[in-house]
Amino acid sequence: MKQFRSFIRKEFYHILRDRRTLFILLGMPVIQIIIFGFALTNEVTNSKYAVLDNAKDIVSQKLIQRIEASQYFEGATRLYSYDDIAKAFRKGAIKIAIVIPPHFAEDLGQLHTAQVQLVADASDPNVANTLVNYASAIINDFQQNEFNKDQQLPYRILAEQRMLYNPQLKGAYNFVPGVMAMVLLLVCTMMTAITIVKEKETGTMEIMLVSPLQPLLIVVAKAVPYLLLSIINIISILLLSVYVLEVPVQGNLFLLIGESILFTLVSLSLGLLISAGSNSQQTAMFISLIGMFLPTVMFSGFMFPVENMPKPMQVISNIVPAKWYYTVVKSVMIKGVGFKAIWKETLVLTAMLFFFLGMAIRNFKIRLA
Amino acid sequence: MQPDYAITAKDLTKRFGDFTAVDKISFEVSRGEIFGFLGANGAGKTTAMRMLCGLSLPSAGTATVAGFDVYRDNERIKKRIGYMSQKFSLYEDLTVKENIRFYGGIYGRSDLFIKEQTGYLLQHLRLEKEGNTLVRALPLGWKQKLAFSVAIFHEPDIVFLDEPTGGVDPVTRREFWNMIYEASAKGITVFVTTHYLDEAEYCNRVSIMVDGKIEALDSPSALKQQFSAASMDGVFLQLARKAKRTEG
Repeated sequence: MKQFRSFIRKEFYHILRDRRTLFILLGMPVIQIIIFGFALTNEVTNSKYAVLDNAKDIVSQKLIQRIEASQYFEGATRLYSYDDIAKAFRKGAIKIAIVIPPHFAEDLGQLHTAQVQLVADASDPNVANTLVNYASAIINDFQQNEFNKDQQLPYRILAEQRMLYNPQLKGAYNFVPGVMAMVLLLVCTMMTAITIVKEKETGTMEIMLVSPLQPLLIVVAKAVPYLLLSIINIISILLLSVYVLEVPVQGNLFLLIGESILFTLVSLSLGLLISAGSNSQQTAMFISLIGMFLPTVMFSGFMFPVENMPKPMQVISNIVPAKWYYTVVKSVMIKGVGFKAIWKETLVLTAMLFFFLGMAIRNFKIRLA
Repeated sequence: MQPDYAITAKDLTKRFGDFTAVDKISFEVSRGEIFGFLGANGAGKTTAMRMLCGLSLPSAGTATVAGFDVYRDNERIKKRIGYMSQKFSLYEDLTVKENIRFYGGIYGRSDLFIKEQTGYLLQHLRLEKEGNTLVRALPLGWKQKLAFSVAIFHEPDIVFLDEPTGGVDPVTRREFWNMIYEASAKGITVFVTTHYLDEAEYCNRVSIMVDGKIEALDSPSALKQQFSAASMDGVFLQLARKAKRTEG
């Protein structure tokens, strides 16, 4: 115990003396949450649009006002002919054009039908798709309010969409779990790997191996400070997501934290395993970044949906621990489900923990060559 | 095995694949002796030392350290030895006191022991004022002396020094050797590898390794007589010229 305490005290000195690294470790999750929350969002707002109003009647005016009032569109360009549409798109001034036919109000009033054309710049298909959806939704909403209040049309089919769990389609629901996985992996795997390899590089590892310290104790003592740092990071990410991004924790908070600690332990053992296989800090860093970080971003489902990947890729994604953790966080945090719904993921993560830790301890060389 | 030997080796061998780094070396080191372990680069001295410290498992032969077998009683040996490696082995981002406390701690020494001994040690090294200085800020000579003091802080039976005076100025080297004599006077056996042949003269006995084998082993004066050389330099050169391998 005495040995263990001395060792952990030393590890804390290392971490606390290196202010820059400490700042990065604790500041990174905060910065990532803020960047993902406010800069890198796939929500499309304040798009420039154009209107070609061939009707110029009261109803068309109202519709245009309605579109202008939404947060998704702003800065209407008035167009006067079809040719103007192409010009406006070519100039890059607009993302979508709304064409209102002549006799708009009359048609609606008498025939109960009118067609509004939505022309979008599909050079960016995602944005085009989103904008067309927004515009359609606004138009539907408009006709509902304007006409269906007092008139009951006998045949009217309304397609109603409902977005489950995330009615506002906030991007934050997707990336908060992703950022948690990324940060924990980076802090635990990379830092643990580097800190052990550093001792190999400076030669202090030899001294430790000559001393009566048990190898297991060295490994555990190295990991403990990073486990604590990670718990601080988990808490700060959760606080930020709840209070700044307004993504609530729907499920049990303790279950969420417990699962996060499990994932942290998996990451730590991966770090230990990497350190056993590398002899320089650079190698350790490269293996952590390329071997861990990239697969996490690609295969956890946080950037690219795993369901859309070809089968072999989907199979590969199963060996990425972050994929399982990401599912767990999404289930507990966003959907609010209990342990029953995530026992399978928990089991996989636990199995990974024992596998990696076992490998790491086995490979940790008591005797150097 | 006689109990008054600190180290014994019998036909100790280490092979890496086809390469025999250490080839059947045999010797005994008495308690309290200063035993010099000489050889050119690649002669196998570091490998031999690492086997005795438990950092490397011998391929063949037997050896005992502090009366314990290197194969079976590794953990007991570890408690009885101190080790100072070629690479500087203190933590640069820890203060002098923190380093001492850490090494005292991993050898399981009590807080009281560590506190008392730290005070004594700093006074002895005339580093009282630098107790809370980061080791990084100390001159190399002081660092080496501190590293040696830390290696014997837990009062081991035997201390292994792997080229401890590399890159140190002659005055500091002299002071360093005074510290070795003090340790030896306290009964600590000193096993030291070195490149400096003037340092070989300070040892009680010297062994010279060439290509993995011990070619000569005796007191410096006896060796000089045997090879009819004026200094250890002469002895060493006669033996080292026989070497076939250069790096290993």
